[in-house]
Parts: sequence; C-alpha cells; structure tokens
Amino acid sequence: MKIIADTGRCVGAGQCVLTEPALFDQSEDDGTIIVLNETPEGELVEKAREAVHVCPSQALSLEE
Amino acid sequence: MTTAEKHEFPMARTCPFAPPPAYEEIREGEPVSRVRLPDGGWAWVVSRHEDVRTVLNDRRFSADRQHPDFPALVEGEAASRRPDEERMLIAMDAPEHGPARKAVLGEFTVRRLEALRPRIQEIVDGQVDALLAGPRPGDLVDSLSLPVPSLVICEMLGVPYADHEFFQEHTVKVIKQSTPPEVRWAAAKAVQGYMADLVAEKEENPPDDLLGRQIVKLRADGTYRRTSLAGMGFLLLVAGHETTANMISLSTMAFLHNPEQLAMIKADPGNTLNAVEEMLRYFTIIDVATARLCVEDMEVGGQLIRAGEGVLALGYSANRDPRAFENPDELDIERGARHHVAFGFGPHQCLGQNLARMELQIVFDTLFGRVPTLELAMDVDELPFKDDANIYGLYQLPVTW
Repeated sequence: MKIIADTGRCVGAGQCVLTEPALFDQSEDDGTIIVLNETPEGELVEKAREAVHVCPSQALSLEE
Repeated sequence: MTTAEKHEFPMARTCPFAPPPAYEEIREGEPVSRVRLPDGGWAWVVSRHEDVRTVLNDRRFSADRQHPDFPALVEGEAASRRPDEERMLIAMDAPEHGPARKAVLGEFTVRRLEALRPRIQEIVDGQVDALLAGPRPGDLVDSLSLPVPSLVICEMLGVPYADHEFFQEHTVKVIKQSTPPEVRWAAAKAVQGYMADLVAEKEENPPDDLLGRQIVKLRADGTYRRTSLAGMGFLLLVAGHETTANMISLSTMAFLHNPEQLAMIKADPGNTLNAVEEMLRYFTIIDVATARLCVEDMEVGGQLIRAGEGVLALGYSANRDPRAFENPDELDIERGARHHVAFGFGPHQCLGQNLARMELQIVFDTLFGRVPTLELAMDVDELPFKDDANIYGLYQLPVTW
C-alpha cells in the first residue's frame, strides 16, 4: 500500500500528523504535508487509512 | 413560482446539549432544503455529514462573505458589507486563498505549537491561581475561559496584555448576533485600527513573534502590506478568542454535569485528547456560520443547487448524523471519532484548530487536576447560554470548590 499526498490540495491542517506522527510531518515553511514513510506496514496501515479519512481537503489517498 | 419555506434560520438552541429539534426533522426528512433568512431571503440548508463535507470542500461554493448574494444570517447585515475592501483569509477563494493561507500556516503546524506548550501551561496555571484566589463561587468565564485564549493569542501575535480589555470589549460586539450591523462594523474597525498601529510599531525591528516573523517573510516575498497583515492579525485574534473561550466554558459545564465522564479523564489524562474531540463534536459551537455561496450549479444530496444561491452547511447537524456517528446524541469521551466537522472542512478548515486542541487539553487536565472538588454553583437550567451569538457558549459559569 502506498500513500499518495497531493501537496497542492493540502491545507496544512496537520490532522495527518496528529493521527500518526511516524508517517506524517508538516513543512516548517508553509505547513504542507511531508510523507515520512510512503509504504507503511502493520498497525501503521490502519493509521494511514484514518489519516485519509480525516484529511479536510482530501489531499491524501492510498494506492492499494 | 415560490415554495413556502417551512423553517427560518438561524435557529436558536433551546437545550444546551442538543440541536434544535427541527434539525433532526430536516436531516431525516428533507436533508437539503430551503429555509427563510431573517432579511426575507432564503438559502439551502445542508444537514447530512457527507453533504456538509462535500459543500465545504468544493470550489463551486464560494466563501466570499462580502459578495452581495452571500446568505445573510442577521437582518440588515448584507447592507454593511464592503465588497470593495480587501478580503480577509476567511472570505477568500482560490486562487488567492491557498497562497495567503500558506503564508501563515507555518505558525500553526503541530510542531510549532508544541513549542508553545510550556507557555500555555503557565498561562493556564496563572488563571487557575486567579480563580482559586478569588471569591467562592467564582465565575469560570471571567477567571479562565476568556483570559486563557486571549493571553495565548496575544502572546503569539505579540499584543501587549495591557490592551486585553480593549479587545474583549470590541470582539464581544463583533461576535454578538444582536449587535446592530453598523456597531459591529465600527467595533471591528477599531480593533483593525489598533492592529495596524501595532504592526507599524514592529516594522522597524521585527520581533520574534508571529507578526514580526510575518513582516520579515512577506517582505522577502515582496508581498508585505501593513493593512493585509493587520487584517490577518485581527482575524486570528477574533477567531482564536471567543471560540476557545466558549469551548472551555461549555466543556467544563458538561464535565461537571456528567461526573462519570469526568472521572475517566481524571483517572487517565491519556483520555483527554479524545475528550477534547468529543466535546468539540457534541457542542459544535459554530454551526450556521459555515455558510457558502454557490457559484456554479451543483447537485448535493440529490438536490440541484444553482449559482447565486446561498447554502448553510449545518455543522451541528452533521456532527449528530447517525450515518457518521453511532448513538450521536450521546456524550462519550472515549468515542475517538475525529471525523467531526466542528472545525469545518475543506480549504478553510480552522487554521488554529491544533492550538485550540492544545489549549483545551491543558485546561482540562490542569483545572480538574488542581481543583478536584470543582462543582457547578448554579443549575444548568439557569445558566446564561449565548443563544443570541453566532458562536454558542456561556456568558457566565458560576463554580465553587
């Protein structure tokens, strides 16, 4: 499973970071998403799904 | 041909713990329907969780509150709009909105806000000290709810706390639904004027606060304008003050009214973050204010909404939608549901949401940790709720310990 982030759509809400800081961070400059690990495994898969669900601009998606 | 609209909006809350009964009727019966507005016009309400998210995240719905056709929630409000004035962030659409928001977003990242944590803790402790040093019963609104977010935002922006009373007086006028539109506008102008002076003072030697950093950053981009930054400062101040204050008051009241829920966070502060999310969902203090103007025909929830028509995306209805939340009317701090729309959704989702979360978490843990015998000093039925405000809350919360 691969995490796809559209930084153009990202509004910097940081909900992905709050969901799982091991997978996501925010740019210090403009707050947009930085994916730390594009291919999570195990428990992190569920966290990736939750992050997709809470993203306010639907900038995150998963390629299964 | 006109259809007689059955309901008029905004609807006042009559119970502090539940939406107006008509919300459920609308959501279950005619989830996208026309309602009357105070000035005689009409707008669509969108009441289901999925549809509210759709409206707030689609470019066919404009956030431009200065547009003459934007739905007016207060009689006469439309007449006080200034379509020629520069838009604040909240009223911008693409393509201006994205870059304007990104310019300030770095100040509100999870990491940047974490650095504020010790200072927020100090501020909260200071206010709990003030509450405890005062008379019993005390007023939580005056001692804690209003000062904490005000002090935190003033700290972030570099606004002297001595000017706090000035801001209080004027932002209350801006927020209150019953304020005559011209008075509201004059109060807003007063605060904006102050902000412009404050920003001007910082221009020569920009300090290391939010306003100072923005001056440096925007100068480097060649986009710095004093009035823009003053407007941004005003928006952050107003946005971050009354809202958080109201959540502190309402949540404290709800905890004291639901001791078994309070016991859960006292037993384990690890539960506090979930408790914060649930209080946000349960109260959804910003409800009709998430309004939009349709700029291109679009079907929502099976209903065609046309360009030029107003839409009220009812966040409170969405947050009590059984399609999105099991037993939605139950307060359950262990629910762990983060997909609520209490902070809105889409590109305008609250910029300060993570700051608000942090303030609320620190307030709950500190207040209930340090004042374990805190109790309500007035029956919930008699508490003065802000039924006449755009943002729900409490005017006073008498407590004792």
